[in-house]
Amino acid sequence: MDLLSKLLAEKDWLMADGATGTNLFNRGLEAGEAPELWNVDQPEKIKALYQDAVDSGSDIFLTNSFGGTAARLKLHNAQDRVRELNKLAAELGREVADKAGRPVVVAGSVGPTGEIFEPLGPLSHAEAVEMFQEQGAALMEGGADVLWLETISAPEEYKAAAEAFANIDAPWVGTMSFDTAGRTMMGMTSSDMVEMAQGLDNRPLGFGANCGVGASDLLRTIQGFAAANPEIPIVAKGNAGIPKFVHGHIHYDGTPELMGQYAVMVRNSGAKIIGGCCGTMPEHLKAMRKALEETPMGAAPTDEEITAVLGGFSSDSDGTGDAPTPKRVRRRRK
Amino acid sequence: MSDEEDDLILDELDDAELVLQMHDDLYDGMADEIDEAVRILLKREWLPYDILTKALVEGMRIVGIDFRDGILFVPEVLLAAGAMKKGMGILKPLLVETGAPQLGKMVIGTVKGDIHDIGKNLVAMMMEGAGFEVVDLGINNPVEDYIGALKREGADILGMSALLTTTMPYMKTVIDTMVEQGIRDDYIVLVGGAPLNEEFGKAIGSDAYCRDAAVAVETAKEFMARKHNQV
Repeated sequence: MDLLSKLLAEKDWLMADGATGTNLFNRGLEAGEAPELWNVDQPEKIKALYQDAVDSGSDIFLTNSFGGTAARLKLHNAQDRVRELNKLAAELGREVADKAGRPVVVAGSVGPTGEIFEPLGPLSHAEAVEMFQEQGAALMEGGADVLWLETISAPEEYKAAAEAFANIDAPWVGTMSFDTAGRTMMGMTSSDMVEMAQGLDNRPLGFGANCGVGASDLLRTIQGFAAANPEIPIVAKGNAGIPKFVHGHIHYDGTPELMGQYAVMVRNSGAKIIGGCCGTMPEHLKAMRKALEETPMGAAPTDEEITAVLGGFSSDSDGTGDAPTPKRVRRRRK
Repeated sequence: MSDEEDDLILDELDDAELVLQMHDDLYDGMADEIDEAVRILLKREWLPYDILTKALVEGMRIVGIDFRDGILFVPEVLLAAGAMKKGMGILKPLLVETGAPQLGKMVIGTVKGDIHDIGKNLVAMMMEGAGFEVVDLGINNPVEDYIGALKREGADILGMSALLTTTMPYMKTVIDTMVEQGIRDDYIVLVGGAPLNEEFGKAIGSDAYCRDAAVAVETAKEFMARKHNQV
């Protein structure tokens, strides 16, 4: 049995890690640079990033391979280095996890290709499967315990990754980003995602939401998942507030205390794997771990409680239920 | 599809009905119907500029409103924009011939390190749909490419897009370089992308943050109107 399944069976909740990009900026990554190249050029800094997550109490950390598909590496003319860069990302993670003194899951991060699927865009299903498979195989070869698909907006892309990971027999988790009026950019609702994830031949070990707008929106999405009574554990990885530009670098405005409250609220809303995304630094993770350990389970927060603590929602509706109808009268049905 | 729809013959509609029908067909992303309707209006001796503004731009404005309000999402808008593009393909050479008014010229591109161009493409198509000329630099643009294109094209507006935490600070690099070269105020700088917000847009020195393609069009029009008033 893979390590994540084992931990999920043993524990009531698990804590994942925080931001990768924001943390690498603080270590000197330049805007526009490919973080994945640091697996080769700055391995000590990547190990330090992983070590921070372990030291802050994470049970799971994601590898530095978010942009590791051939489609993304192409930007940096590194499309021929998919295997090298991803394998290394996982190997560095393995090294850190094996010395942690407790079981820590190395999750091989897989981000979106950035391309649009046919027929609206150029990417074919077969090409997407091939790219995800190439990246996934390298991460597993490097010693990842599971693959971790994140920030996906198109259901086609989620399904292509599921198929690719089935081809290499890799356990996986997959989250989407709900950033547009409560839905993903491509219009998928939280309840649609439950149906899709559970309907796959190769079901993920966990599914859920990451990134998106702010912690409040993410909480509402998690509650949307829970309302559909999923059989698969829910993952919540929200941003530490919203990005601001302070003294020449990016700073997310969510404090460690707020992220601690967010962690307890998402757990009470039904999430079993809880972490942060952009802006979530080690001090946030420590506050989240402490809050999760010290606060007993409680009732799911109401919308009013969520907004009182974490701020307002970015849209009125969570995007589920009947689609809002256009105000005008249609002349012809589609 | 219903039989009723198959029975609908565009050429039998009067002008007003046909224009309303085009709004619906754009909304539904029906490129062939838009193509046919544009040709019918040309045959009825409509000015290309009137077809553009009254049928296509107005239709896309409605699409933009429902996109902004979370009724339509990216796939539907891409289909609508595709239909509009087909109509534009017919009109573009005619518009050039007839010297129809241009609202302004925009150079647009996704910043260095960022591949995500879905939002940028939407803005480009909606801007074209609204009557702007758009020079699309694609993805992964270093500062030289932006500035080179602005000068070469004699553009009015720079649009930059970023979707990643790791790439959005690059917008500031571009704006800072424009300031250094003393050309910042020659252009309207609009920024967008999922992780951004209004405050961020101000902090990096842009003129405005646009949360979606519809807002980008409205903002661009507003700034162009102000620019004209200054002259």
